[in-house]
Amino acid sequence: MSEQERIQRQRSARKDTSSSEVAVEGVKGEQLKSDLDDLLDEIDEVLEENAEEFVKNYVQKGGE
Amino acid sequence: MAIEKVLGIETEFGIAGGPDRDPVLASSVLVNAYAQQGRSRINWDFDGETPDLDARGLPGLTSFAPIVETHLANTVLTNGARLYVDHAHPEYSSPECRTPLEATLYDVAGEEVLRRSMLVANEILDSADRITVYKNNSDGKGNSYGTHENYLVDRSIEFAEIVRAMVPHFVSRQILIGAGKVGAETDDARSASPSFQISQRAEFFEEVVGLETTLKRPIVNTRDEPHADAERFRRLHVIIGDANMSQTATFIKLGSTALILAALEDEGLTNFPSPPRHPVHAVRAFALDTSLKTTVACEDGAVRCAWDFQDMFWELCRSYVERRGGEAVAPPDQLEMLLTQWRELLDGLHTNRELVADRIDWVAKLRLIEGYRDRHQLASDDPKLQAIDLQYHDLRPERSLSQRAGLRVLFESIAVREAVHKAPTTTRAFFRGECVARYPDQVIAANWDSLVFDLGTGPLQRVPMADPLKGTEAMTSHLLETSATANALLEALDR
Repeated sequence: MSEQERIQRQRSARKDTSSSEVAVEGVKGEQLKSDLDDLLDEIDEVLEENAEEFVKNYVQKGGE
Repeated sequence: MAIEKVLGIETEFGIAGGPDRDPVLASSVLVNAYAQQGRSRINWDFDGETPDLDARGLPGLTSFAPIVETHLANTVLTNGARLYVDHAHPEYSSPECRTPLEATLYDVAGEEVLRRSMLVANEILDSADRITVYKNNSDGKGNSYGTHENYLVDRSIEFAEIVRAMVPHFVSRQILIGAGKVGAETDDARSASPSFQISQRAEFFEEVVGLETTLKRPIVNTRDEPHADAERFRRLHVIIGDANMSQTATFIKLGSTALILAALEDEGLTNFPSPPRHPVHAVRAFALDTSLKTTVACEDGAVRCAWDFQDMFWELCRSYVERRGGEAVAPPDQLEMLLTQWRELLDGLHTNRELVADRIDWVAKLRLIEGYRDRHQLASDDPKLQAIDLQYHDLRPERSLSQRAGLRVLFESIAVREAVHKAPTTTRAFFRGECVARYPDQVIAANWDSLVFDLGTGPLQRVPMADPLKGTEAMTSHLLETSATANALLEALDR
């Protein structure tokens, strides 16, 4: 194998790894996004009904 | 050698609902509900409480001494913790723990204690008066309540050195352990009109060093009340921290701070980053910038962002553990977990925040807020976003958003249930918790450094526990196992 060939092989091998890494990252990204979508659906289910009233009424005395 | 880092967290919980919407009454109802449901009806003993002593040695003339309220509900639990009413909040003070991971477990057990308090109290209350508890630090209207950490420190370290060492950490650690907040509450922060801040607490800090906790809050609190032998020990009372829902965040908060203190004790200030010139400005400015790009000028002339400080502290701790072992803080496997997690959080903040949304509260919360805002095309001051902020901290499983946010869990639920009842085994909390569990009718009062017994005849008897590292399971289990009654225990102690 010539020097030139070896370098090309190394390059393509490296390229393969990095593209598969990108693919994994891509899958992870989609997974995270669909997780977030599910989560946002759930927020709609459990969020206090009258958010404005709820937030207004949450008044605490200082502590510590 | 660094002092063994006995540590723990006190949390004042937010509270809503209750009879007449009276937060003091609601807090009392919660504490009493828990005490009566369990076996613990033992009072807190205020002898020896001196919260107005100042670590700088100055008389507290310009300060308002904190008020000790003796008339409110107050109890000691079998896990060695204290559960009581502080001002207008229910407060859980964890037992003294020996490692950051153990102290995290007992902080999580505190959430469970409050959850059970709510369940018991709400069974007896009218449905309109039901109580809800939030593990957060502000109401969004300018009222803040605390989450305080405590660390055992060598008395021989000058307090000024502690200040210089810890200020850069306390202003910057919020990027890892901030709980996040929609909007702003104080004039200064409001003028920047942030839609979101990294920390719940940052904007409430007004001084670098001081004794107060309720007004003019200082970055380094000087309360000098060691609850131990004051000749040997100091208790560093840290008031600048958010209540965390992320267990990893609590672990990093406790672990990083304990390691930095141990490094200071063993090696002095040599490797510490130079503090910001204006620490109060730094802590507030860092909180306001979710891009983390804000830099501040330091005393050595360098300009640093919060991430830079934390990167330097990580390196300081890594090399300290390499040189010295770090056993004053935790065993090797736990230290490795601490340094690995801390590094991962820092790297994630730099490269891809999605990767740390399962461990950093403000990142997790911001993800919910922005996702919801974008989906429903809401304005950044929409009350729904503030409601999401509040409900992130709601302790009720059916309403909690942090429980739905995919945060990593460090403990099995069985371990948490056990920590609700059983004290840590390697500090004096073990002896306190066991006495409360074994002799509930004779232990009539307890505090951090003593127990008071009433045997029915003769005077009350106080058992001092001045050393937080004595009273452990190894030292006292035989004594307890062979003492069927409190009389037998006290006789054996007299011998």
